[in-house]
Amino acid sequence: MEIHRYEKIWLAGALLLIVGFIATVSYGAVGAGIEMINDEGGQVDSTALDEHPKFSEPGTYKTGPNEYDVYVIAKQFLYEPGTSEPIRVPANSRVTFHVTSADVIHGYEIVGTNANTMAVPGQVSTMTVEFNEPRKYGLLCNEYCGSAHHAMEGSIQVVPQSEWNETMVVN
Amino acid sequence: MATFVDRYPEEAKVVQATLVVSFISLGIGAFFGLIQALHRTNVLRVIDSVDYYTVLTGHGVLLALWFTIFFLVGLFTWAIVKGFDRPVPDIRLTWAWVGLMTTGAVLATTAILAGFVPEIPMSADVLYTFYAPLQAHPVFYIGTAMFIVGTWIAGADWFLAYRGWRQDNPDERIPLQAFMVLTTMIMWFVSTLGVAVSVVVFLIPWSLGIIDTVNPLLTRTLFWYFGHPVVYFWLMPAYLLWYTVLPKLAGGRLFSDPLARVVFVLFVLLSTPVGIHHQYLDPGIAEGFKFIAMTNTMFLLLPSLLTAFTVVASVEHGARQRGGEGYLRWLGALPWRDPAFAGMALAGLMFAAGGFSGMINAGMNINYLVHNTLWVPGHFHMTVGTAVALTMMAGTYWLLPQLTGKPVYSRPIGLLQVITWFVGMVFMSNAMHRGGLLGIPRRTAEPQYQNFDFVAAVGSIGEIRMQIALGGVLLFVSVVIFLFNVAATWADDRVDTPVDDTIPEPLSSSSGAPLVLDNLALWTGIAVVLVILAYTLPLAGIISDAGLFGGSRGFSVAFSLEWLVDATVAAVTNVSLDSLAGVAPVDAVVDSLQEVSR
Repeated sequence: MEIHRYEKIWLAGALLLIVGFIATVSYGAVGAGIEMINDEGGQVDSTALDEHPKFSEPGTYKTGPNEYDVYVIAKQFLYEPGTSEPIRVPANSRVTFHVTSADVIHGYEIVGTNANTMAVPGQVSTMTVEFNEPRKYGLLCNEYCGSAHHAMEGSIQVVPQSEWNETMVVN
Repeated sequence: MATFVDRYPEEAKVVQATLVVSFISLGIGAFFGLIQALHRTNVLRVIDSVDYYTVLTGHGVLLALWFTIFFLVGLFTWAIVKGFDRPVPDIRLTWAWVGLMTTGAVLATTAILAGFVPEIPMSADVLYTFYAPLQAHPVFYIGTAMFIVGTWIAGADWFLAYRGWRQDNPDERIPLQAFMVLTTMIMWFVSTLGVAVSVVVFLIPWSLGIIDTVNPLLTRTLFWYFGHPVVYFWLMPAYLLWYTVLPKLAGGRLFSDPLARVVFVLFVLLSTPVGIHHQYLDPGIAEGFKFIAMTNTMFLLLPSLLTAFTVVASVEHGARQRGGEGYLRWLGALPWRDPAFAGMALAGLMFAAGGFSGMINAGMNINYLVHNTLWVPGHFHMTVGTAVALTMMAGTYWLLPQLTGKPVYSRPIGLLQVITWFVGMVFMSNAMHRGGLLGIPRRTAEPQYQNFDFVAAVGSIGEIRMQIALGGVLLFVSVVIFLFNVAATWADDRVDTPVDDTIPEPLSSSSGAPLVLDNLALWTGIAVVLVILAYTLPLAGIISDAGLFGGSRGFSVAFSLEWLVDATVAAVTNVSLDSLAGVAPVDAVVDSLQEVSR
């Protein structure tokens, strides 16, 4: 097959671009440590979340020095906790979110950040993020979940460490 | 000079019929798009936000499935008949799949539109991705299944045509346009298997109550097994036109036939084992499988980058044939007043931009910033919404005269139409991309939230919204002009030579292409192996984790009264705690609301 010289140059450039993309993503995963949502969260019975050791009382749990687990249930059309009261975590902490759904597929997006996951019934999404400064973050559902989808939102309150106390641990 | 309709009048009728269905879908779908663009930017609200999702489902299904695919089956029928230069094997079979596809589309559309009428106990506000456990009326799933089976019969029809041609021409190379149709259909057969299993084995029995529960991650994964190849199914008709028609319109000929074949073979191989890249944020799928899908996706850039080279080289060749000179001045020698050429060229230009935003989507980690934000519809309005849709509209200006024997009603109006589309999409898609970077979600009626504001680094949220609204209006106007021009063409009188329909031989002809490229069985086999490699382990994991039929019963999309009551009770209770404690009327309201909820 006759391939023109310019075609060969273009082909080489295209392959270089592709390999370059894969390399930068690999670096992001290994070097910069950007973790993917994966299968580590395991499964849960979406119809019996009230019997689950943590999802029966969702909220913030302390797991170590400056380390916390936050369990969140997404359901039509609110987050528990998050909607009727904010999720509370202390500043300068490392927080692992465990998110699941009680009904349909939802999204869980911390607005303006790359902390973003799907909430799938029967599955638990886990993602670990670091909160440094005290501030408030918005929370929204970014997967269509029914006719009041646009009303599904909430917030995360990052509390200054000096104001943090144990009563805030479980919301 | 005899054109297509003179030589194959029966086939021309079939193609005209599929185009009629396609363009009716385009008109309705575009009108829904206008309502959405004005509603979510708060410019004009003619519907309830609750009905927004009925409109959105209609917009997605009518444009992304009916408009594109009915156009595709018409174009492919034309390409097969013209390519093999013989009639279809049996015109009754051809009409059968047209009828089946149309019936399925009408059924599914009826289920969607019934969502506007509360009195009819039928709705399908599940969007075109229909993720379970949101549940639609069974008629929606049954109609969709009929539509897909119709496309399978269409594919079988074209392979039968190929078999007939091959018996008479044992040593010839498959004509290029027919080769493109056949390879595209191989990809389609492999990939629609996923959605067929999802709909027929799980969603139809589940919506009818024969099975109680489904595994939402399984049906979602099966959807995306089909959901990425479908974008190439949309794109391949545009590629067919860019490779075989655009160079001719530019005044030249295709640069390389062998390279075009290589590109289509690459799409057969790589289109399907990539669907998990739509699920980078899904739990229950290990990171390794996501990485494999990403690697395949990145290599899928190769055929599109090769296409960019070949198509631009062919167009440049055409310009130089027309007397164009210099490094870039040849661009001025192109036939920019021809709506068919201008539309396809502008579509190709925007596809380059859409390709770059697609590369960002494909990046596994940067995707977390844009997943399910307005960035994503910004991206696919450049690709399917312009590269495909504008190429189809522009191609119509060249194709319709061959199918009807009538010249295009007005070429200047056609030119105005394609330019309006391009300008409208520049406004809308750039603003959507920017809005997505700020975290504004897609698929949402009301992007104004109580807990936070979106902050724009450059420009403002208001300016982004105005660009989306303006773009949406221009796009709708463009569709109205297009439908007018097409209808007026149809109403016109036949002439002897409505259009120059010859397609010149490529510069590098098919004789230079290795024979193995035409070995369709080989490519099918490799494609199947790649799919098995990419999907066996993830699917096995999903099934062993949560069961084949999972544990999710169906959930209605409907605005539940119970939820409304709960929210109101919570709001009223909060108020009463703060300032109205003990005020009797408030308690009475709470009591009566709780009564309603029981």
